[in-house]
Amino acid sequence: MNDLFTVTVTVNGTQYERTVEPRLLLSDFLRHELGLTGTHVGCEHGVCGACTVLFDGAPVRSCLMFAVQANGHEILTVEGLGTMDDLHPLQEAFREAHGVQCGFCTPGFLMSLVPFLEENPDPTEEEIREAISGNLCRCTGYQHIVDAVQLAAEKMRT
Amino acid sequence: MKPSPFKYYAPTTVEEALAHLAEHGYEAKALAGGQSLIPMLNFRLAQPSVLVDLNNVSDLFYIRPDENGGLLLGAMTRQSQVEHDALVAERAPLVHEVMPQIAYPQIRTRGTFGGSLAHADPSAELVAVSIALNGRFRLRSQAGERWVPADEFFVGLFTTVLEPDELLVEVALPVMPPRSGGAFLQITRRHHDFCIAGVAVLVTLDDEDQCEQARLVFLSAGDGPVNARQAAEMLVGQAPTPEAIRAAAEKAADDEIDPGSDIHASAEYRRHLAKVLARRALTQAFDRASNI
Amino acid sequence: MAKKYVGQRMTRTEDPRLLTGQALFVDDVDLPDMLHAAFLRSDHAHARLKSIDVSAARERPGVVAVYTAEDMGDIWQPGPPLVSPPPTVEDIVFHSRTQVPLVKDKVRLAGEPLAVVIAESRYIAEDALDDIAVDLEPLGAVVDLEKALEPDAPVIHDDLDSNLAAHLVQQKGDYAAAREKADLVIKRRILIDRGTAAAMENRGIVAHWDEKSQHLTLWDTTQAPIPVRNGLAGMFGLSPTQVRVIAPFVGGGFGPKIMMFYPEEVCLTWATMKVGRPIKWIEDRRENFYATNQERGQVHDAELALTRDGRILGLRDDFIHDTGAYDPYGLTVPLNTQCHVLGPYEIPSFYSDLKMVFTNRPIVSPLRGAGRPQGVYVIERLLDIASKELGIDRVEIRKRNFLPPDVFPYDNQIIDQAFVPLVYDSGNYLPILEKAAAMIGYDKFVKEEQPRLRAEGRHVGIGIVCFIETTGIGPYEGARVTVETSGKISVATGVGTQGQGHFTSFAQIVADQLGVSPRDVRLVTGDTAEFHWGTGTFASRGAVVAGNAVHAAASSVRAKVLKLASKVLEVPEEELELEDGQVRVADAPQQSISLGELAVLANPLRGAVEPGTEPGLESTDYFGPKYGATASGAHAMILEVDPETMLVEIKRYVLVEDCGTMLNPLIVEGQLQGGVGMGIGSSYYEQLIYDENGQLLNASFADYLVPTASEVPRVEIAHLETPSPLNPLGTKGVGEGGCLPVPCLFAQTLEDALADYNIEVLETPMSPNKLFELLEAARGAGRET
Repeated sequence: MNDLFTVTVTVNGTQYERTVEPRLLLSDFLRHELGLTGTHVGCEHGVCGACTVLFDGAPVRSCLMFAVQANGHEILTVEGLGTMDDLHPLQEAFREAHGVQCGFCTPGFLMSLVPFLEENPDPTEEEIREAISGNLCRCTGYQHIVDAVQLAAEKMRT
Repeated sequence: MKPSPFKYYAPTTVEEALAHLAEHGYEAKALAGGQSLIPMLNFRLAQPSVLVDLNNVSDLFYIRPDENGGLLLGAMTRQSQVEHDALVAERAPLVHEVMPQIAYPQIRTRGTFGGSLAHADPSAELVAVSIALNGRFRLRSQAGERWVPADEFFVGLFTTVLEPDELLVEVALPVMPPRSGGAFLQITRRHHDFCIAGVAVLVTLDDEDQCEQARLVFLSAGDGPVNARQAAEMLVGQAPTPEAIRAAAEKAADDEIDPGSDIHASAEYRRHLAKVLARRALTQAFDRASNI
Repeated sequence: MAKKYVGQRMTRTEDPRLLTGQALFVDDVDLPDMLHAAFLRSDHAHARLKSIDVSAARERPGVVAVYTAEDMGDIWQPGPPLVSPPPTVEDIVFHSRTQVPLVKDKVRLAGEPLAVVIAESRYIAEDALDDIAVDLEPLGAVVDLEKALEPDAPVIHDDLDSNLAAHLVQQKGDYAAAREKADLVIKRRILIDRGTAAAMENRGIVAHWDEKSQHLTLWDTTQAPIPVRNGLAGMFGLSPTQVRVIAPFVGGGFGPKIMMFYPEEVCLTWATMKVGRPIKWIEDRRENFYATNQERGQVHDAELALTRDGRILGLRDDFIHDTGAYDPYGLTVPLNTQCHVLGPYEIPSFYSDLKMVFTNRPIVSPLRGAGRPQGVYVIERLLDIASKELGIDRVEIRKRNFLPPDVFPYDNQIIDQAFVPLVYDSGNYLPILEKAAAMIGYDKFVKEEQPRLRAEGRHVGIGIVCFIETTGIGPYEGARVTVETSGKISVATGVGTQGQGHFTSFAQIVADQLGVSPRDVRLVTGDTAEFHWGTGTFASRGAVVAGNAVHAAASSVRAKVLKLASKVLEVPEEELELEDGQVRVADAPQQSISLGELAVLANPLRGAVEPGTEPGLESTDYFGPKYGATASGAHAMILEVDPETMLVEIKRYVLVEDCGTMLNPLIVEGQLQGGVGMGIGSSYYEQLIYDENGQLLNASFADYLVPTASEVPRVEIAHLETPSPLNPLGTKGVGEGGCLPVPCLFAQTLEDALADYNIEVLETPMSPNKLFELLEAARGAGRET
């Protein structure tokens, strides 16, 4: 029961090696082992989406994976998307459209939207709402988030 | 909400995985996509002492044509892959139609085709669709393998015929007969929630535009999926008129399903929805069949 | 002096930090040697604790300590009441019973904490919970509000005779006489049930007692750091200066993140002192459903007496309010309900008998709306029913009863949640309703579009409702504004921030006073080391009370700046202006001095400060309104129902809001949209469902249905402004207004969509299943036309 496993994983371009219990959730691993606290934990049962990160380029709920499952894989978290001085166009758009209030759900939305916009560079409002239905927000009522995505799509097309 | 401790194996071959299951039996759980199992572990609703992680068994990830025009899917094939696959769209359009309705993109990245079936949630779309499409499942253990038709695989609430030392390794979806049409409808309270009622339908027309065969499979209508055989039987040999469709829908909803009550829906409301959905789905399926 | 920034749609200063994952939330705090806590919680809702044995848990490797109520000794005590009963009401019955840190003798709600485990990790702490042996003797659970008052109901607080927590009557005029005179009396029973805030961030605490410096630091997701600091200091025999409570970035508050104290706040504080190491506790989502306060359960028997042309003669509302197992928040929530049934209307006679009951459910304290939505629901439903029975249009009947714009300040002659007379400070309701009706195209829809849609067999309805909202209550808040030698401005205020954008909106206020860019104003909120006088963020009062305190402090600093600059530049104050961080002579702008240089000059290394002055360019000011400012609004929507599936689709949603002067319209709109989102949730998706044993059946996000982007519509917003005369900025609160009228709007619109079924919706939250039952009953009774 107390076997430990070595995990070698690349996060935001940096390789990390840690030894962990198999039951350690990937969300806890990122936040507390690696100190990347930008990924947030809202429910630990896969509904709220706050913990979404990119796993080999595709969006996953990090609360529904174990750190040991990330061995040999690549992860992108919100810290890898942009910096305060160099925001990703999606982050810029969220700011301009007031798509952030408390900011707790925001990293999960951003990481869900990055692959969405790659596949859908010119989405309709309906497509956007469909795409973000797997992320809960309690503050914004979603409208400014939808506006932000449309603005981001525009920015990223030019 | 953190899981209890468990012993963890990450086999890379089916044989290794089966060996672990054979050794640990009821103490072990196979981990596929984890989108249903890991929430249960986090809530400590399930506390297996052994977890056999199948995500590195590359032999279980594939989508292949079979020689008869149907499809073979490895059990660990990601739902997102099935969703975007051209062969699936061509040979199993009902699966292609249903995939985007399953939960959310983040869930489908990890969730697997076979995992959803082995978990046997009575409101799981793939459960009903695989029965409607006459699918067959290949089960393997160290002792050997067996094929089980989809409509014999699910035997109760979250219960299948899988033995503790068995794995679902492959799903075979047969070629759809000519002049077939499928439909899938479900009622969810929020977008893409677990449904409170749902139905998967496959119908085939003969040369005289009469119903040659039909399958109606209901979700959230009992402990497991409900294959409404009597209602289907009523349609065979008939022209699919609105009256015939209505009668079949009523038969299925009134006599063949056994929905339960919970906080989201009473049994009466579920029965009512089943009737409405069956009527709408049959209408849609027959339309599609006649438009080919 | 011209307003430049107040009123601007400025983007928020704090966003880049939040967007890049660099913002500190409580669970991001990581201290050396930090331990983790988990709480053993009762499975039963009502039970006697016979024994508890934690010895096995203490033995588990990785467990550092396990504590029960007995271990806590004299520190163990029920929490202080947060809000005392109103002294201004006669004949009031009120029993104050407050929550305890750990159960000692009796469990009164499912989830009440029995023991706390401190371990090296949360994982191990949760493992150890299974090691604890508890012997609970279950007692009958009290869940239903009316059954709670029956003579044979189990009594939750043993020293009381019954489960009656409070009883008071408020009245004005003579309702009995009004009823006699009326042409029509509408009487209905209205049922309202609970929801939870479900903020995306659960609660959390990191408690650190440093023995060497004798100092306690608490990071806490609280909305009220100052009362928590003062209270903990008092409880643990410390000076408040030994206690620092920090509410960093908080992931949504909505009301329930205020308590003094949540059991965990006491337990963690006590435990860190015992163990001598920092301890972190992060609530998980399942715990949040029990351990964080909730709201909204009430049963109303309400009556409206009207003339045949729809004028209200009187209103009677007798209701029972569920306070849960304890009542630390006093009568705040039900008083809000009692007040808000009066609405924006002239109601000459009023009688309301309010009973508050204990139940074996989680504690009730304000949740966005704080009792107001229930009051709005009652009056708007009664008016809708009157409108049908009298054959008067819904918009028209409201117009006939509005308070006219010349009656303000208007004393409603009852007392409100702040124990002062319910006075509406200002308002103009008719233009708001008319604008909402115009925006949604009410007349055209009712006369042309709806008949056409109905002929096609579609069930599309339109609804329109209005409301007032008391906001911006006291007691007070304070702020300190300082010009730094860099020329930047630093501001501190005691309220916390949970996403409302204080860092930006308050900066806009300061920017206008001091002639700087809001981006050069750095704000700290929610840290008692920075500012320690005040109450907290609740009741839509941040912008009004703290905002005006910021304004007062910035004005004081402006006066100091002008005075000093006048001396330095040798020019009268009237000739000076503040712009771009400079103080300039208006007609000779090359004669200027920067604020930074002025700040240096204001704190000379040599030369005394003159008597009666202070060093630097700094001021601390307070703002305490006499009573709250009254916001108002109207919401309207068009919705289609499928009467076969009961699913709904909102086609359009509009709202008109009067929140006085807007500091930042972008932020105001965000608050309104978010409020509507929560309102939609509590109308058709969210309901906490308890069984007869007090067990919550939907304690997860899989079953408690927070709406997604597919359920919340786009909201078209218009603003009208009647500035509040109660504060210099003219602001009124807007944090809760978005959610107040949504459930009653939903009810009205559903009824309108299904007019051919002739149903009455008198229950909220609604659900597809409940709608099915209403339609089945209508079909069965042959009421369907």
